[in-house]
Amino acid sequence: MRRWGLLALAVALLAYPWLVAGTDSAAFLQDTGALVLLAAVGASAWNIVGGYAGQISVGHAIFFGAGAYLPLLVYQHWQWSPLFGVPLGVAVSLVIAVFIGFPTFRLVGHYFSMATIAVAELVRIIVGNWDFVGAAIGLQGPATARGWYDVIFRSSVPYYYIFLVALALVLLVTWRMQQSRLGYYLGAIRAGERAARSLGVPVRRYKLYALMLSAAFTSLAGSLYALKTGFIDPDSGLGILVSVQMIITAALGGAGTLFGPLLGAAILVPLQTATNTWLGGSGSGLTFIVYGGVIVFIARFEPGGLLEMWQRLRTARRGRRGEARHAA
Amino acid sequence: MILLQVIVGGLLLGAVYALLSAGLTLIWGMMNFINFAHGEFVMLGMYAALLALTWIGGGPAVFGPVAALALFLLGVLIYFGLIRGVMRGPMLAQILSTFGLALLLRYSAFFVFSPNFVTMPPTVLSGTLDIGGILVTVPQLVAGGVAAALTLGMHLLLTRTAIGSQLLAVAEDRSAAMLMGIRPDRMQALAWGLSAASAGIAGALWAISFPFSPAVGESFALIAFVVVTLGGFGSVPGAMLAGFLVGLIQALSGYLFEPIYKDVAVYGLFVALLWFRPQGLLGKTT
Repeated sequence: MRRWGLLALAVALLAYPWLVAGTDSAAFLQDTGALVLLAAVGASAWNIVGGYAGQISVGHAIFFGAGAYLPLLVYQHWQWSPLFGVPLGVAVSLVIAVFIGFPTFRLVGHYFSMATIAVAELVRIIVGNWDFVGAAIGLQGPATARGWYDVIFRSSVPYYYIFLVALALVLLVTWRMQQSRLGYYLGAIRAGERAARSLGVPVRRYKLYALMLSAAFTSLAGSLYALKTGFIDPDSGLGILVSVQMIITAALGGAGTLFGPLLGAAILVPLQTATNTWLGGSGSGLTFIVYGGVIVFIARFEPGGLLEMWQRLRTARRGRRGEARHAA
Repeated sequence: MILLQVIVGGLLLGAVYALLSAGLTLIWGMMNFINFAHGEFVMLGMYAALLALTWIGGGPAVFGPVAALALFLLGVLIYFGLIRGVMRGPMLAQILSTFGLALLLRYSAFFVFSPNFVTMPPTVLSGTLDIGGILVTVPQLVAGGVAAALTLGMHLLLTRTAIGSQLLAVAEDRSAAMLMGIRPDRMQALAWGLSAASAGIAGALWAISFPFSPAVGESFALIAFVVVTLGGFGSVPGAMLAGFLVGLIQALSGYLFEPIYKDVAVYGLFVALLWFRPQGLLGKTT
């Protein structure tokens, strides 16, 4: 049953650009599809440390920014293919992850959250004043493709499939992680750190592993974003709203579930595109009021997100049906 | 002489930081809860003061208490409407609740007040004093003095009064306090009210001298995190000492280097603290 559902999802995702190709707004729908997948990659990456390990990072923009800046930086200064910057971004993100995680994972969760927000702000200010990385103006990628290695396409469809591969990769790694020792340890840590420690789980080390894994994939999401848009500045790469986007996408669908972030992205990205089209520039402020409201609502009433709510409703209905059968 | 003037300015600023951080540390100490919307409370205090001044008139003696009262009510409301429900929930819910609240308040303020910077109309407090060659503006002097007095008052409230003992009793052991006839819900609501009110007054005091916009909340929240971490979580005297220190560091780094390093120095200090002394200056290891 579950296997068929997965297969249907995979087929639908693979066929999507081709299915909408015949409609009037094919380019728009394909572009939105690519953005949904990109948001899902970022949120799934956040989910590893925020959902599975239960360590709430509110500064994941640092990793996204590292991934977004380095491909354009190596192009700007040395005219290299932006692709070279992708592994560099991952490397920088890993260093930052250790830098934040090593001291704060000794302490309870709030310290980690505060440290992520402080380091993100610190990095944003420094980058915004550092000419080598474009300061407040930002960096630009190649204007026209010199070859395939510049990863520039006029249509959104190639990006769609690249993002799909990245999403498949992050979901596959997350799924393998769920069934490995790391996954069980993280579940124990999330349920209660002290209990996990008393059972012999090396809490600090495994939290750090989760953060590093998460940082690497977040950096990848940043690189993909930079490759597609060919432009990055401190706000779009390192602003707090980049982190907010990842958090809300994962939390809405279901933090700590495999497909929660994808579900969240499939709801939020079209919603945001729609409000921006209807309300114009003034809409973005409203979007974030709604985002804030949604985050508060989830935290207060549905910390498990939509997937868990759906599952609960389904078992409740099944339970009722079972009772009815007994009565008969 | 200029250096001395910078130091005095930094200390006066630090008193305001101490006041708003005392509010944050109160909640942390009582409930093990970090309020990510604390900076937004400061920002709302500024706008409450501005609205009170334009609608009611009068001076700081009017808009200060108005801002405090408005934020006190908001704090109590937020406790009953949101915090009480998430307190026993997972960590995710605790952190996301106030983080979402911060976004909600910040962008609602953008929407209502527009993102532009505004300045308070001039009040009775104006002019500059010359104290032995050191020039201090009257609004800054009043803000620093009032903030320091209120922080001290908060400390005395917690340590010398019956209400303070009840608050601390709930912080120490919720169920034991209940057996003593203290209602933890009321005490925690009071703590949220006091915390928000201290942020509100700090905002109002700050707004007399400096322009502000709905975006200022985030940097105040970060400053409060630094001060509270430096002073040790839950310690009001620690927050006071650390507030002065952070104000001083900010003023000196802005003066000796460039203004943009003001925040870099403070956030850098925070990161360094987490590495080397996470329990703060006066805090106990737990």
